[in-house]
Amino acid sequence: MLCQLPKPTDPNLLVGIETADDAGVYKLDDNIALIQTVDFFTPIVDNPYLFGQIAAANSLSDVYAMGAKPLTVMNIVAFPNSKLDGQVLLKILEGGCAKVMEAGAVVVGGHTVDDDEPKYGLSVTGICHPDKVLTNANAKPGDALILTKPIGTGVLATAARADMFPDGSAAAAQSMAKLNRKAAEVMACFPVNACTDVTGFGLLGHIYEMASGSKVNIKIAANAVPLLPEAAEAAKMGLVPAGAYANRGYLSTVEFAQAVPENIRDLCYDPQTSGGLLISIPADRAASLLDVLHKAGVIEAAVIGEITTHGKGEIYVY
Amino acid sequence: MERVRYMSIDVDARGLACPQPVIGVKKALDSIAEGTITAIVDNSVAKENVIKFATANNCGVSVSQQGDHYYIKITKGKAVPTEQTFKQPQTSNGKLVYLISQDTLGHGSAELGGVLMKSFMFTLLERDPRPDVIMFINAGVKLTVEGSPVLEHLSQLSSHGTQVLSCGTCLDFYGLKDKLAVGSVTNMFTIVDELSSAAKAVTL
Repeated sequence: MLCQLPKPTDPNLLVGIETADDAGVYKLDDNIALIQTVDFFTPIVDNPYLFGQIAAANSLSDVYAMGAKPLTVMNIVAFPNSKLDGQVLLKILEGGCAKVMEAGAVVVGGHTVDDDEPKYGLSVTGICHPDKVLTNANAKPGDALILTKPIGTGVLATAARADMFPDGSAAAAQSMAKLNRKAAEVMACFPVNACTDVTGFGLLGHIYEMASGSKVNIKIAANAVPLLPEAAEAAKMGLVPAGAYANRGYLSTVEFAQAVPENIRDLCYDPQTSGGLLISIPADRAASLLDVLHKAGVIEAAVIGEITTHGKGEIYVY
Repeated sequence: MERVRYMSIDVDARGLACPQPVIGVKKALDSIAEGTITAIVDNSVAKENVIKFATANNCGVSVSQQGDHYYIKITKGKAVPTEQTFKQPQTSNGKLVYLISQDTLGHGSAELGGVLMKSFMFTLLERDPRPDVIMFINAGVKLTVEGSPVLEHLSQLSSHGTQVLSCGTCLDFYGLKDKLAVGSVTNMFTIVDELSSAAKAVTL
C-alpha cells in the first residue's frame, strides 16, 4: 500500500519504505545516520507491567536489527480512561520505561489518546555510522543464518488465552520481554552481512524478506530452530493463531521436506512478538559469533540454516 | 452390554475467533468418556485448529462443508459402535511411551551405562516411529537438565514432536528444577495416565 505514496527523492534517505526493512535510515553527515522506527499493539499478556516491557522491547528491537544504538523514545498510548483504572496505565508505562533504561535510552515524551482497547508502543530514534547500517538485503551465498531467540510466541499467546500450557506461556512472555541489545552489541564486533528481527511475518516470512531482498536462496534445518518450551505441543493441539495461516498463505516460495512435522511447520509461520535477531554472517565466522553470543547470555542463539546460492528467494526447510 | 456412556454433542463455534473453537471442543471432549462431537465452524483457521486438536487427542475426524460452514465430526474413544468395536475392546490412545528411571542404561559400569544411554537416545531419534512420550523419573531427570550428555538428542526428539516430561518431585529432590533444559515438568497423575493408556509402554 505504501508504494502508492509519492517516493521521497532526498539523497540522504539511505533506507526508506521500499525495501521492507525494520527502520528508516537518514544520513545526517558522514559519521552519523538517524535510525527511526515505530510500533505499538494491543496487550499480548494480562500483566500490564510485563506488557509494557514486551511492547518496549519489541519497538527497540527494530533499531538493534539495523545495527544501531537507540537514543531517545516517545511513548504511544491508547487507553480507555473510563473503563480501566489509571494504575493499569501507570504499570504499562513503568514496564516500558524499565526496558528503555535497560537499553540505555531515554523517554523524552509521548502521546495518549482515549480508545476502547489499550495499545502501547514506542517511537524510537537511534544512531549508527552510515557505513555500518545493517539491512536485510545483503545476505550472501556461503553465509550461515543465526537466530538469537526461540520461536513460538504467537502459538503460546494463543495457548495462554485458552488457559493451556501455562509454563510455555510464561517462558514466551519472558522471551518477548528480553531486549535484543546484547545480541546487537555482540553482532557489531563481527563482519555481519545482513540482519533483521523476527516479528509478525513469522520466521519464514522474515527469512523470505531477507532472501528476496538479497536475491539469494536459503536452506533451513527445522530441527536446529530453537523452540520455546511447550510450543511444539501447543501447535500440535491446534493453538495456532490466524496470523500463522495468513503468513503461510502469503509465502509461495517455501518448500518443506516431507519429514518436517506439521506442528513445526506451523511454528515456522507463527507470527512473533519481540522475536530474535536473524543474522547472516560468512559461515567461517558463524561458530565464533555463536560462541560469543552464548557467553554474552544470548544462550538460545543457534545456527538454523545457510544461504545456498544466488536466486529468487526460494526457501527449503528440511 | 450397554453403551450408556456414549454421548453426542454439538459445538457451535461459528463467529468465534481462535482459540475459542478449540476451547469449546476441548470442554466438550473433556465432558464425555466416549462419543461423538460435531463442531460447526465458519472459517478455515478454526477448521484446521479443531482438526489438529482432535488428531492430537487421538480422536477420529471427518469434515464436511456446507456453504461457508464446516461440520467437523470428532469421535472419541471406541469408534461409533460397529462390529469391530466389540472385536477389539481397547482403550489405547495409540501412543509409544518410554519411562526412564535412571541416568545410565543397564546395571554394571556407570561409565559404560552413560555411553549406552547416549547411544540409546541417538537410536530413538533415528528410528521410525519416534516415541510419542518420554517420561523421566528419579535419577532419570538428570538427563533432561543443563549439562546432560543427551540434551541434544532429547531437544531434537522434542522438536520432532516427542513429548519430553520430567517428574517435578524428582527435579525438586535433586535440586534441579531451575536447570530443566528440555521438555516440561509433569506429575504422577500424568505419568500413570500415559503409561496406562499407551499402546506400548517401555520402562528402563
